[in-house]
Amino acid sequence: MSFLLDKMKKIEPLFEKGGRFEKLHSVYDGFATFLFVPDKVTTRGSHIRDHMDMKRTMTVVIIALMPALLFGSYNIGLQHTRAFGINDWTLMNMFWFGFLKILPLIIVSYVVGLGIEFIAAQIRGHEINEGYLVTGMLIPLIMPVDVPLWMLAVSVAFAVIIGKEIFGGTGMNILNPALTARAFLFFSYPGWMTGDAVWIEGLTKGGGLDGFSGATPLALAKLDGFSQMPSAMEMFIGTIPGSVGETSTVAILIGAFILLLTGVGSWRIMLSMTLGALGMGLLLNATGGNEYTQIPAYYHLIMGGFAFGAVFMATDPVTAAQTGTGKYIYGALTGILVVIIRVFNPAYPEGTMLAILLMNVMAPLIDHYVVQANIRRRIKRVKTA
Amino acid sequence: MEKVEKEPLLSAKNRKLLTNPLGIDNPITVQVLGICSALAVTVKMKPAIVMAISVTVVVALSNLIIALMRKSIPGRIRIIVQLVVIATLVIIVDQFLKAFAFDVSKQLSVFVGLIITNCIIMGRLEAFAMANKPWPSFLDGIGNGAGYGLILIIVSFFREFLGSGSIFGYPVMEKLGVYKFGYEDNGMMILPPMALITVGLIIWFQRARNKSLIENK
Repeated sequence: MSFLLDKMKKIEPLFEKGGRFEKLHSVYDGFATFLFVPDKVTTRGSHIRDHMDMKRTMTVVIIALMPALLFGSYNIGLQHTRAFGINDWTLMNMFWFGFLKILPLIIVSYVVGLGIEFIAAQIRGHEINEGYLVTGMLIPLIMPVDVPLWMLAVSVAFAVIIGKEIFGGTGMNILNPALTARAFLFFSYPGWMTGDAVWIEGLTKGGGLDGFSGATPLALAKLDGFSQMPSAMEMFIGTIPGSVGETSTVAILIGAFILLLTGVGSWRIMLSMTLGALGMGLLLNATGGNEYTQIPAYYHLIMGGFAFGAVFMATDPVTAAQTGTGKYIYGALTGILVVIIRVFNPAYPEGTMLAILLMNVMAPLIDHYVVQANIRRRIKRVKTA
Repeated sequence: MEKVEKEPLLSAKNRKLLTNPLGIDNPITVQVLGICSALAVTVKMKPAIVMAISVTVVVALSNLIIALMRKSIPGRIRIIVQLVVIATLVIIVDQFLKAFAFDVSKQLSVFVGLIITNCIIMGRLEAFAMANKPWPSFLDGIGNGAGYGLILIIVSFFREFLGSGSIFGYPVMEKLGVYKFGYEDNGMMILPPMALITVGLIIWFQRARNKSLIENK
């Protein structure tokens, strides 16, 4: 490593003010701090610089995403064998098959997204932010495996430019960029985001087994196909059709464990969102309405993108509510909305994406009222004392 | 006798009334008025152009009429008087479209009637016609109508081209043969949110080119 450090130090003057590549300073800075912990220390006052800066936070999230990614790879292979009636694939075969299918998605997501971030940083003279590291990994994980790469590129560009850079880049965005990309794709090219073919590699080109349906559990529930729904155990483990990384609740729970252990993810949001969805599910069980309201409430937690959304999306520190109490409210409302959209809106089988995006918009309002309530409470205390 | 200064019909000042609304004083991108109809009628180019012409006619004529009567309108009921003038003109335009361009009129549906509530028209009457002579008011109306129309045409061009793959109903994308390579029309361009984003992008572009439009903080 010291060889690399020496090299970096040697070329540093080129990027300083007056150097030959002055304009590319933020690129240099981005790479240097990515590789090494910055050695800058404060000269005055007692500021403590923690090593747990944004880069480390992002790295932790990436690690937490790995179980979902690995399981997603395996599941793509598994679903493919089921759809095409292949019997002789080993676990490794399935995993490699799936991994090679995800790889292009990941590459496109990173190349397009980071490319735009680099350009934006150069124009503005900002540092390059590592916010996109996580977004770039989240995006492939919430896409159907068969989505055309150019559509992915367009939606990534939209999400980074309109969802993020316009507001001032990392830390300033109102909406979660990964979900913005997914929402853009969902509304722009609905044929590639819904239905029962896109979730399984190769099915859109035809050639699947007769009578095989690649419909997700959510789509089945929507179309009153309750009898064909996979068992709860299958949905929990994740051997079901769906977006790449969201099918396996187990893998996501491992990620959640890593996030909670390191304190990167907010347990308040995860907990309240789960309780919100569960509560709403139970309420619907009690009140009834249509057949969909009668499925067990815990199904909502293991179907579709709920677990993935609750662990990796709703907890996004930028777009979620910032105050402690606000996080409970934000999480609970998100959970409730997920179930309402799933059960009652005929157009959208999946509610997680829309619920989180809507609550992203509401988060500042929630924070405002929480802060105001706190101020009022304290004023009252001063007056009575 | 009051001394009347004779001004040429298209003096520099009057020319400004025509050209400013196209750029630095655009009703949509700078004053941010009339957004509602800009989102609603810009899915295809043809209705957008018809709408642009209709609004231009209504703004110009109502500006002219109000400017003619401006001294006899009592201040307290001026809004009602303005509305009567606008409503009359809008109904004439509506009937005209129904008679001579029925299919477009059907596509525009309620939005022709809703020209009455278009903020640009009331805005120009209040801000300009009530305090200016008929001829400059007329020019101001034409200018603002054209500025509105310009944005409508730009937005509808992108929305029709990217959303339906055609320009003026001519299937450009199909003739180019891009569908064979897996290209698909962008469904979101047809939805109103994308019109808002397109208008936003135009505002961004305009401000990036003309820094004087950026407000001081």
